[in-house]
Amino acid sequence: MSGWLRRNGWVAALAFAFAALLVATKIIQPGFGASGLESLARAALPFAFATAAMAVVVIAGGIDLTVAAVMAVAGVTSAVLMRDWGVAGTVPAVIVVLALGAVIGAINGAAIVLSRAPDIVVTLAMMYVWQGMALLILNGPGGTATPWLREVILGGVPIPGLRWLPQAAVVLAFALALVWLPLKRSRPGLSLYAIGSDQTAAFRSGVAIGPTKVLAYAVSGLFAAMGGLTLTLSTGVGEPIPGPYLLAAVAAVVLGGVALTGGVGGILGPIIAVLILRLLRLDLTLLSVDPNVTTIIEGTIMAVVVMIGGLLAIRRKRA
Amino acid sequence: MTTGTVQAPFARIGRLLRDYPIIALLVLLVALIVLLQILNPGIINQRWIGNTIKFAIPLAMLAACQTFTMYTGGIDLSAAAVATITAFVMATQVPHLGDAAGIALALVPAVLIGLLNGFGVGICRVHPLIMTLGSGLIGIGCLQVYQRSTIATGSAIPPVLEWLGTGRTFWLPNGLWLFVPFAALMLFIQRRTGFGRLLYAVGANEGAARLSGLRTWQLYFALYTLSALIAGLTGLLYAGIIRTTSLSLVEPLLLPSVAAAVIGGTSIFGGRGSYAGTIVGALILTVLGTLLTLLQMPEGGRQIIFGGIILAVTAIYMRLTETG
Repeated sequence: MSGWLRRNGWVAALAFAFAALLVATKIIQPGFGASGLESLARAALPFAFATAAMAVVVIAGGIDLTVAAVMAVAGVTSAVLMRDWGVAGTVPAVIVVLALGAVIGAINGAAIVLSRAPDIVVTLAMMYVWQGMALLILNGPGGTATPWLREVILGGVPIPGLRWLPQAAVVLAFALALVWLPLKRSRPGLSLYAIGSDQTAAFRSGVAIGPTKVLAYAVSGLFAAMGGLTLTLSTGVGEPIPGPYLLAAVAAVVLGGVALTGGVGGILGPIIAVLILRLLRLDLTLLSVDPNVTTIIEGTIMAVVVMIGGLLAIRRKRA
Repeated sequence: MTTGTVQAPFARIGRLLRDYPIIALLVLLVALIVLLQILNPGIINQRWIGNTIKFAIPLAMLAACQTFTMYTGGIDLSAAAVATITAFVMATQVPHLGDAAGIALALVPAVLIGLLNGFGVGICRVHPLIMTLGSGLIGIGCLQVYQRSTIATGSAIPPVLEWLGTGRTFWLPNGLWLFVPFAALMLFIQRRTGFGRLLYAVGANEGAARLSGLRTWQLYFALYTLSALIAGLTGLLYAGIIRTTSLSLVEPLLLPSVAAAVIGGTSIFGGRGSYAGTIVGALILTVLGTLLTLLQMPEGGRQIIFGGIILAVTAIYMRLTETG
């Protein structure tokens, strides 16, 4: 237990902060209950997937500026496919969209490996490409989402005693665990951490840098596609203009204890960080704070946390 | 032997390009202009050149923030926010305080954000990407709150900024009166001053720079404050060009400014690059913008080509400069 705490101290602290915020929310708004939790989980869903997408790549030592754009591509593609293929074609449409996300991510990764240019530059360029692609698929908000699929992320779990648990949270946990847990335990997952930690050392230990990088971006694209899909499901239409997910994802990844230099952290921390940021926003709204002040507070929290983190890292190095 | 003779010209071109990256960029710029002339004969005239320069100037100035921070391996994502804030504060304060005091006051928040960035990067050792992202968010949030309090008092752009932004001397935009001295100063700083050389030194090897007796935190404070001041200046000029302000005035220029620096051959890992290349990079992006508008493509297609060209230019550039 103490060993687990030492290794996962930051995640534990985040979980504690989240629990404290939940209590605070209950105090601010005594009516906050299952329905509040449900809408929080539903609103956080696309942010959480965007954060997971960013976290995978940052762990592998890169950064993916295309996350929001890939979400837009996946969102419009799913909306168009669900409109054209109808209810019967919903499952194939979902499969196509997820595969598309993975392929887009793999293309990003391959572009980085082949061009030998820095990740941030390549994904900056590819961001324009995928934004343009989303606009070509759908020039304005349109398409539809299949009703039964929309209900998957709506409401509580239909099991007596678990109704307080939002389905959106279950979908999120299930989707992330399904991809991330097997990956993390496998050899390619270890390679991911290896190239993020020290590329030269990883190369000399026999890790294939190129394929691992492509894998990291493909997983990132897959998560981004899930995010785009849930976005379409929660709004009911496909939106080709990327939402504010890129910067939010970077912020949550950093708050979640993933070092931008790579090789450190996991996915759980960033996900809790996303929930904290969304809940904080909800609390400030409940306190009827000006939404603009909310932006300042979010930015300040992010800046202060990373500054303290930096100072702690320096002290640890000296000690 | 045969392979040697075949490879030699390429290696020589590669070496030439590595030593003078600006040659390749100028060739690309000329090629784009020629292409434009072929696609739409007669478009290249004094008016077009004047307009292109006019819109390339703010981009090149904002890209100076990215170029200088990239020398140290950093980046300044708060630049567009700082420029927007400066423009907005200037426009709303000028009616109360007069032109000079309004402009001077508007640069205060810019300096504050620059100092905050310097503190975060230099003392707390936060990654510049995160630090400037956060400070930009905070700044824009503060601006939105500030906007609430000034919504009724109106705004005005001082005549001198309108003259700089929209006026012409002969057929060249007046912005050049600001930009030419600015660019000369930037080139002087990066080449001839100790500050400029220390920037490259920190970017090339921070540990070595520190062991040579450099107090890196002082350098970071100076660098990020300078970057914020440049961004503020850009905001003032851009307000003069657009002749109005908004809460996201300069935001569309942020990612292009990074692209301009990168296309111009500045390494995002630090230690390599020149502001001269950035200026050409900004011109290339502006010409490319006109070219893509002329092609009468849907917006999506334009963005795809824009991104593809940025990627291609950087990829080719990396390949060429690696050989030899």
